[in-house]
Amino acid sequence: MKSAYLLLVLGLALIVVGHGMGLFVAPSEAAMGETGRILYVHVPTAWTAMVVFTIAFVAALGGLWTGRMGWDALIEASAEVGVVFTALLLVQGAVWAKPTWGVYWTWDPRLTTSAILLVLFGVVLLLRHVIEVPERRLTLSAVATIVAFADVPIVYFSVRWWNSLHQAQSTPQTVSKLMWQPLVISIFGTMFLGLALVIARWRIAREHYEREDAAPDLPDLPDQIELSDEPASGGQEVRG
Amino acid sequence: MSELLHLFRKDLLIEWRSRSHGFALACFALTLLLLFSFAIGPDTKTMSLHAGAYLWMSLLLSSTLLLARSFQVEVEDGAIETLILAPASATRMFYAKALANAVQLAILAAVAVPAVYALYGVQLHGEVGGGHRLGQLVSVVALGAAGLAAPGTLYAALTARLHARQLLLPLLLFPLVVPCLLAAVKATTLIVRPSLSEAEFTSWLALLACFDVLYWSVCGILFGRVIEQ
Amino acid sequence: MSGTPAISRSEAGDASAPSGEVVVEARGLSRRFGKRWAFARVDLTVRRSERWLILGANGSGKTTLLRALATAISPSLGRLRLFGQDPREDLAAARRRLALLSHRTGFYEDLTARDNLRVLARLAGHPDADLGAVLDRVGLEDRPDPVRAFSMGMRKRLALAAVIVQRPELVFLDEPFAALDPAGMEDVAALVRGLEGTVIVASHQVERAAALCDRALLMDAGLPRWTGPAHQAWMAWKAVQAPLAAAAGGAP
Repeated sequence: MKSAYLLLVLGLALIVVGHGMGLFVAPSEAAMGETGRILYVHVPTAWTAMVVFTIAFVAALGGLWTGRMGWDALIEASAEVGVVFTALLLVQGAVWAKPTWGVYWTWDPRLTTSAILLVLFGVVLLLRHVIEVPERRLTLSAVATIVAFADVPIVYFSVRWWNSLHQAQSTPQTVSKLMWQPLVISIFGTMFLGLALVIARWRIAREHYEREDAAPDLPDLPDQIELSDEPASGGQEVRG
Repeated sequence: MSELLHLFRKDLLIEWRSRSHGFALACFALTLLLLFSFAIGPDTKTMSLHAGAYLWMSLLLSSTLLLARSFQVEVEDGAIETLILAPASATRMFYAKALANAVQLAILAAVAVPAVYALYGVQLHGEVGGGHRLGQLVSVVALGAAGLAAPGTLYAALTARLHARQLLLPLLLFPLVVPCLLAAVKATTLIVRPSLSEAEFTSWLALLACFDVLYWSVCGILFGRVIEQ
Repeated sequence: MSGTPAISRSEAGDASAPSGEVVVEARGLSRRFGKRWAFARVDLTVRRSERWLILGANGSGKTTLLRALATAISPSLGRLRLFGQDPREDLAAARRRLALLSHRTGFYEDLTARDNLRVLARLAGHPDADLGAVLDRVGLEDRPDPVRAFSMGMRKRLALAAVIVQRPELVFLDEPFAALDPAGMEDVAALVRGLEGTVIVASHQVERAAALCDRALLMDAGLPRWTGPAHQAWMAWKAVQAPLAAAAGGAP
C-alpha cells in the first residue's frame, strides 16, 4: 500500500508540474489555439488507459496460466481503472471536439476505438458481476479480457480505414519541442496516478476475496461410525 | 480429423432435426430486412446505398439467436459433459461447432441476399473489379460468417450456463465484431454499387481475413478453458 | 461414541480385502464451490471389479464426489489416481476408460436414441458398435422420435445404453434408480449387475443400491463417516440418522 501512496504523490506532483508547464510555459497550439492545451490532459489519459488495459491482459494470461486468485483481483482492478480512464478520455474528447469541430462527437478513429474499448471492458466487468463461483469468474473473465484485448489493434485499423474515406485524419500536428516536455511529464504523472489507483483497487479486490470467497479451512474429519453389534464380515474389528 | 468431421456432422444433424427452428430464424432475418427499409423511407437510391449494412445487421442480430441455441442444445440435458468425458477434444469440439455455425450463417445469408436484391434494388449480376459480383459476394459472406462464428461460438459457450445469457452474449459479441462487421458491410456495399474500387475492396477483404485468422486461432485455444468445470 | 480416535474402515479393511489392481485411489480429496465444501477429506481405494456404493442424504456431497472421481469436475485439494496414474497427466486416456451416468442424462434432445448412441460410440472409438443390439439389451425400441419425447424411465435405459456402448472399464452411476417405477428399478438393477468392470454407484436408495455392491462409503454433510461392506450400509445409515432423529424430538 505504501507503493500506492508513493506513486499517487509522485503522480500528482508530476501532473501539477506538467499541467502547469502546459498551461503557462508552452506556446499555444498552432492549429487549435488555446483549446489545444487539453492535449496535456488528453494524451496522458489515453496512454494510461492503454497501459492499464495491458496490465489487465497480462493479469488475464497469468490467471489462466496459474489459476491463482491474485490475478483475478488484478483483472478486476485494472479493468475497472481502465474503464474509468477510457470514460474520462471520451469526456475530454467531447470537450475538445465541441470548440474544434462544433460537435461533441466525431467518428475520429482514436475516439471511436476508445468508445469500443469502453464497451468491451465494461462488459468484462459486467460478466464478472454475474459469475458467483470465484474460480469460474477468474477463468471466464480472463478469457473475455484476452479476446477483447486482441481486438484493440484490429478495431483501430478498421475504424481508421473506414473513417479515412470521409475526412482527413484529425491527428494532432507533430509536437514542437516546447510542448514535448510538459507532455512527457504529464504522461508519467497520469500513468503513476493510474498505477496507484490499480494497486489500491487490487488491494481492495484481494481483501474482498479473502473476506467473501477465500477457501474456508477444511472441516475436521468427524468421528467414524462404528458398527459394533455386527462385526464386518471380511474386515477387522475397530480397536478402541 | 475424423473426430472433427464426426462432431461437425453431429452439430448439423441436430439443426436438421430441429429445422423448424432454423426456418423461424430465417423468417426473423427476413423480417428485419423488411423493417430496416422503414428506417430510411421509400427512397430507393438511399436504400440501395445502405443495402450492405442492412444485410449484415440482419445477419448479426439473427446470429446471436443461432449461436445461443447452438450451446443450448449442449447444456439443456448436459450433453456437453457426455462429450467431454467420451472423450472429445475441446479444440475439435470448438472447430466443429464454429464451422457448423459459420455454415448456418452462410445459409442464412443465402436466404437474405435474394431479399436484399428484391427489396433494395441492388446490382448482383455483371462483372465488377475483375470478377463476377455474385462470386465476390460469396467470398465476403464466407469470410464475414466465419468472423461472426468464431468469437460467437466461444462466447455462446461462455454464457450458456449463466443467468443473464440472453443479454450477455450480444453484449460481449457486438462490440468485439465491430471490425468484422465494418469490413463486411464496406465490402458488400462496394460490390453491389455500380462501380467498385478494387484496391479498397481488397483491403476490406484482407481485414476480414485478418480478423478470421486471429479469432479462429485465439478462440480455439481458449475454448477448452471455457467448458471445463 | 468412544473418545478414542476412530480408525477408518477402508484402512482396516485393506489388509483382508482381495488384492487386485487399484483402479481408483483418492487421498484427502476435497472440492469447494466458493466458500462451501461440497465434499472434503475423502479417502477411497477401489480395486478392479469391485462394486462400490457411495451413499448419503441429499446434499451430502456424494454426487459431487462421484463427478470428481469421474474427472467431470476437478478437485480443489487432494490427490486422485485413476488406473494408477494422475488423470490430469493424460485426461483423454483416463476418460476413454471410464463412463459416467450423470443425474442429468446427457443427451441431445433433438436426436433419436440411435443418433445419440452413434455419437458416443464413434467418440469412444467403436464406430462398428451394434447399436440395435445395445438398444435391445436395455429394452428400448429403435424408434425415430427424438429423445425429447422419452419418459424418464426410457431416458435412464438409454443412459445405461450410452454407458454400455462406450465399453468402459470403470463405470460411475449417479442415482441410477431416481424417478423410476418399481419395474423400471428392477430392470435397471439387472442391467447394472450385467455391467462388466468396476462400478461405483452414488445413491440415497440404500437398500436397493447396496444389493448391487460389495463395499460402501457413507457421506454425511460432505465428509466421509463410514467405510465397510455394503451389506452393513443400512446400519451405518441408521447410525448417522439417529442423532438427527433424536434431535428432532425423541422419536421412538
